Amino acid sequence: MALLSVTNLSVVKRDRLLFENINFAVEKGGLLYVKGQNGAGKTSMLRVLAGLVAADSGEVCFSQQNIQTSRESYHQNLVYFGHKLGINQTMSAVENLQFWCNQHQVSISIETIFSTLLQLNLVGLEDIPVANLSAGQQRRVALARFWLKQNAQLWILDEPFTALDTQGIDLLSKQITKFLNSGGAVIMTSHQRLDLDYLTDELTLEYRI
Amino acid sequence: MAALMAILKRDLALAYRQRAELLQPMMFFVLVISLFPLAVGPESNTLQVIGPGVIWVAAILSSLLGLERLFRDDFQDGSLEQLMLSTTPLAMAALIKVLAHWLTSILPLILLSPLLALFLHLSEPMYWALLKTLLLGTPILSLIGAIAVGLTVGLNRGGVLLALLLLPVFIPLLIFATSAVESASMQLQYTAQLAIIGAMFLFSLALAPFAIAYALRVSQT
Amino acid sequence: MWKWLHPYAKTERTYHLCQSLLPWFSLLGLLVIVVATVWGLAFAPTDYQQSEAYRIIYVHVPSAVLSKSLYSAMAIAGFVGLVWQVKTSFMAMVALAPIGATVTFVSLITGAAWGKPMWGTWWEWDARLTSQLILLFLFLGVISLYKAFEDKQQAGKAAGVMALVGVINLPIIHYSVEWWNTLHQGATIMKFDKPSMPAEMLWPLLLAILGWALVSGAIFLIRMQNEIIRREIKRPWVVELAIKNASASKGK
Repeated sequence: MALLSVTNLSVVKRDRLLFENINFAVEKGGLLYVKGQNGAGKTSMLRVLAGLVAADSGEVCFSQQNIQTSRESYHQNLVYFGHKLGINQTMSAVENLQFWCNQHQVSISIETIFSTLLQLNLVGLEDIPVANLSAGQQRRVALARFWLKQNAQLWILDEPFTALDTQGIDLLSKQITKFLNSGGAVIMTSHQRLDLDYLTDELTLEYRI
Repeated sequence: MAALMAILKRDLALAYRQRAELLQPMMFFVLVISLFPLAVGPESNTLQVIGPGVIWVAAILSSLLGLERLFRDDFQDGSLEQLMLSTTPLAMAALIKVLAHWLTSILPLILLSPLLALFLHLSEPMYWALLKTLLLGTPILSLIGAIAVGLTVGLNRGGVLLALLLLPVFIPLLIFATSAVESASMQLQYTAQLAIIGAMFLFSLALAPFAIAYALRVSQT
Repeated sequence: MWKWLHPYAKTERTYHLCQSLLPWFSLLGLLVIVVATVWGLAFAPTDYQQSEAYRIIYVHVPSAVLSKSLYSAMAIAGFVGLVWQVKTSFMAMVALAPIGATVTFVSLITGAAWGKPMWGTWWEWDARLTSQLILLFLFLGVISLYKAFEDKQQAGKAAGVMALVGVINLPIIHYSVEWWNTLHQGATIMKFDKPSMPAEMLWPLLLAILGWALVSGAIFLIRMQNEIIRREIKRPWVVELAIKNASASKGK
């Protein structure tokens, strides 16, 4: 049974048809890798899949339910990581993550947040405003969500490896593989070569004029 | 509920940390009002006549200055995106953010109003009427304003546009509020004006959150 | 409503519908406006109070009447677009806005011109002039919001929301301004709308309103067509149409 199924999806942006009549499904434990040139509509595709933007036609269903109508139950099972980190610059890493967990109904102790930040090599940076962290460190703070939200079934990641060092890429790749092995589904884009030891489905978007 | 409280706490904490930025509309408010005695002369009669209008116009203008802050940072850093993907209903979250904004950038203006009433020689009944209209009326500014802010948050140059969109919409509020104060100056009843402002407030309280939520979704495209 | 609208959600159909309606609106509209204007300006009886100056109502009243209807039409188009997600509806909204703004502007100018002989000043803060002025601001707000967006689909939605906020506000503005006016003005204001207008004056006025509505409709149809072409310039049917038109004009 498909976890996320997409039927006849078309998206228009700035009066330009990005793609039309796209059909695919992602199973539990499936990894879908969305490829395409710059401007082919990868980000738009992921934003539609996450439910941030409504498609111009077609339907996205999560467990057979349209994501636009059953928004809440869908978002309970989703972690989305986009171009924008969703991290407030004047708040500290811990404050940011606590707030995020609060909004996403993840009940987690502050100790767990600290130990996750430890895993992500952010020791000593937990309590200072995020603005003082480097770009890669800020990304790590945002990526901590993938460690904190345990009950998600689907991850959508848009260029997650940008600005990460090799060790960071390694950490995230391991976490993704672990999630897939436990039955989660992942949809992602990346300009780097994927170095995951896992069976990958590919979806290539053509650049259209 | 806990999630909504968390939004309120977060926004209040953020406002406190960025308090220097919050002070600017307040200083603007006081400055604009002190310009009037200098421009039209210090006769207390003249000032008393134009006083309520001046305070209200200045309140509208300075609330417009502060409004942009409402969703700007959250939109730019992606917090808004994550909030939309959370289980918190967006309309409620928006309402809480408007409340936090009102508490941090409009309430201080109201707290400053006794000083300004003094500047403009308002009589005591006039001041009480002014205070009531400000308390009932400024939430309307925040609620309706938030719709326009939600729509323009994705445009990087929304400032003047925001004023263009909102000022005509605020005209009825301005009319009723200043006329309430004027009635008070003539020792007349002004319950009718207050009731109308109250009705407008409740109406916008009921509808604006959904419009704001829709506006924020439009801005995500 | 939905069933009736649905075929016209397709822009190509709408384009051709506009095409076939255009001659009716434009020719009939011009005819009616000419008849009404000549009748109103030359043949209608002179007003005993305002003498010839009243004749400006044959321009002022139609523009004032239309301005509010156009705003409502724009808001309805925006509403349909927002609720049923009809793209063409936003295009209609955008096509209507500048027409509405122009008509409102005309009503302000003619109102001011009428004010000169009546009140002795070009501008009087009369309730109706004031609410027309605010209406103009509302139109301009919607237009500038639409223009501010690069993505016209997003622009349509945003402008639609603002048009709706405006249309809810319109009656409140109207009554607040009227009320403000009665508070601040005494007997200096003359009421122009006499309940008993003789039929010889009324008929050309009604005709003028109809003519203005038809001409506005014609301009709307042209603007709508332009908007469709501008937005869909890359669609195959537009390309085909352009080729067909080009070969037709060559044939001449």
